[in-house]
Amino acid sequence: MVSIDVWNASVDFPIFDAKTRSLKKLVLGKVGGKIGTEGKVPIIEALNDITLSLKEGDRVGLVGHNGAGKSTLLRLLAGIYEPTRGSARIDGKVAPVFDLGVGMDPEISGIENIMIRGLFLGMTRKQMEKRVDDIAEFTELGDYLQMPLRTYSTGMRVRLALGIVTSIDPEILILDEGIGAVDAAFMEKARDRLSDLVRRSGLLVFANHSDEFLAEFCDTAIWMDEGHIKAQGNLREVVTAYKGRDPFENFSQETLRRIGQSPALSTNGGDHA
Amino acid sequence: MVPDAPSTRSWGRAFADIRQGFADRELWGHLGWQDIKQRYRRSVIGPLWITISMGVTALGLGLLYAVIFNNDFATFLPYVAVGFIVWGFINGCLTEGMETFIANEGLIKHLPAPLTVYALRTVWRQTLMLAHNLVVYVILLIVFYGDLSKPAYTLSGKLCGTEGAGFCHPGLGWGALMAIPAFVLIAINGGWVTLLFGIISTRFRDIPQVINSLTQLLFYMTPIVWSADTLFAGTHPNRDWAKVLFQFNPLYHFVQIMRAPMVGQQVSMVSWSVVGGITVVGWALALGALRNYRARVSYWV
Repeated sequence: MVSIDVWNASVDFPIFDAKTRSLKKLVLGKVGGKIGTEGKVPIIEALNDITLSLKEGDRVGLVGHNGAGKSTLLRLLAGIYEPTRGSARIDGKVAPVFDLGVGMDPEISGIENIMIRGLFLGMTRKQMEKRVDDIAEFTELGDYLQMPLRTYSTGMRVRLALGIVTSIDPEILILDEGIGAVDAAFMEKARDRLSDLVRRSGLLVFANHSDEFLAEFCDTAIWMDEGHIKAQGNLREVVTAYKGRDPFENFSQETLRRIGQSPALSTNGGDHA
Repeated sequence: MVPDAPSTRSWGRAFADIRQGFADRELWGHLGWQDIKQRYRRSVIGPLWITISMGVTALGLGLLYAVIFNNDFATFLPYVAVGFIVWGFINGCLTEGMETFIANEGLIKHLPAPLTVYALRTVWRQTLMLAHNLVVYVILLIVFYGDLSKPAYTLSGKLCGTEGAGFCHPGLGWGALMAIPAFVLIAINGGWVTLLFGIISTRFRDIPQVINSLTQLLFYMTPIVWSADTLFAGTHPNRDWAKVLFQFNPLYHFVQIMRAPMVGQQVSMVSWSVVGGITVVGWALALGALRNYRARVSYWV
């Protein structure tokens, strides 16, 4: 059974190299987590008292301002950060795609990066060798796969990363914002593969600022604000509350039909947590 | 409702980390190879440079110190070379091991994986380097086999038992195979060194600097380019002190258990006991650190 459960979890980052004095001014700022200064080491309270339960079939969009804790929450859900307070339990094979520049070695070729990423995600060498052709075809990178990753553009890296995670049948797919860097034609192609994957694999958590992407892949949403969950529920309602307008109004009839939504929203606002 | 919340700090999770780390051997095996290939990516002769640089260093220092200490270079050169090879492995596990989590920051923050994977990656990389360096040993063995296999040979080249000859060594034989369990034991120690010092260094970034500045000193304190035989053969008034003091250097015992069988010398049971004891204590400390701070590493990097 694929599921993620988080109970009253908080994530506090100790910042060892920061001067407390200069950080005090930042407490007044609006961007980023709350900065605690009681201890010797300044602490950034990136996430505060998060409780949520995701199960198979959930497709969750994550919205919120920069520094609201979206990426940190994704890392918590991926098991990279274990909560400093509270607890979390993740059942299922996780495949995360974060900031696409990092986590891949720029000096080695695309093929070798595919292999390493695959091994990290729990595949064997043999299984990955079988998938290389499929990934090469899907990403349309062709001979570029032999080139070192540093020669790739951002979009090409996104293609590679998406190619890898969509080829390995993960049970929990966690996608951060970077995905938007690919062109429309490729996104069209990735859409089918991703929705297919989501249907099979059960759980998707997706952070994005684009209404179209969110509408395409998610049916529920979480609104993160200053490190806690501000609202959680139906995608359309949460996004409407977050943006102050119904994002679906501007969609074309064709898009609406595909995602199965009506042009007008009857209820107002998300259910505030 | 919180169903028996799994605690971050538990022995179960620490052992699960190690178990899972070993299970991912394809991953760290691949990463270790990748590191070696990457280091020599655009060079013409590639990893052969590891062998060449070891050969040149061992040859140069072997000749120099054979002259300084008035030793027979046919037996002293292999001694220095093997000492260097073993030291290279120990030093690599220590200096690269303590920075393993810092060096893998990108991966740790982007992909969930057991910490043990990164420790094994480091130890495996050092093992591959050692394998390359063993080529030097094989060549020296071919050249100097006659001198090393002579029973009761001395590093000074003088006849066993004569004035200033130093220790008499049994000579190379099947006992050389004891180098294999010795290596395994040293590699097991590499595991705890990497985990323990890796965790400490990630939190306290001064530690790598401290250890780096100490390794140079430790290298000269440990009998590698000089031999304990010289202490016993010499006539300096303080040599009785020196004979006892260098035994307190644990690294001497680590080098000795592997080097001695490879050059036809005898290992005292003291050396095996010291290394065995350190293995147990070291792993106990590393497990403790893993239990308490495993989950903190991704916050600290």
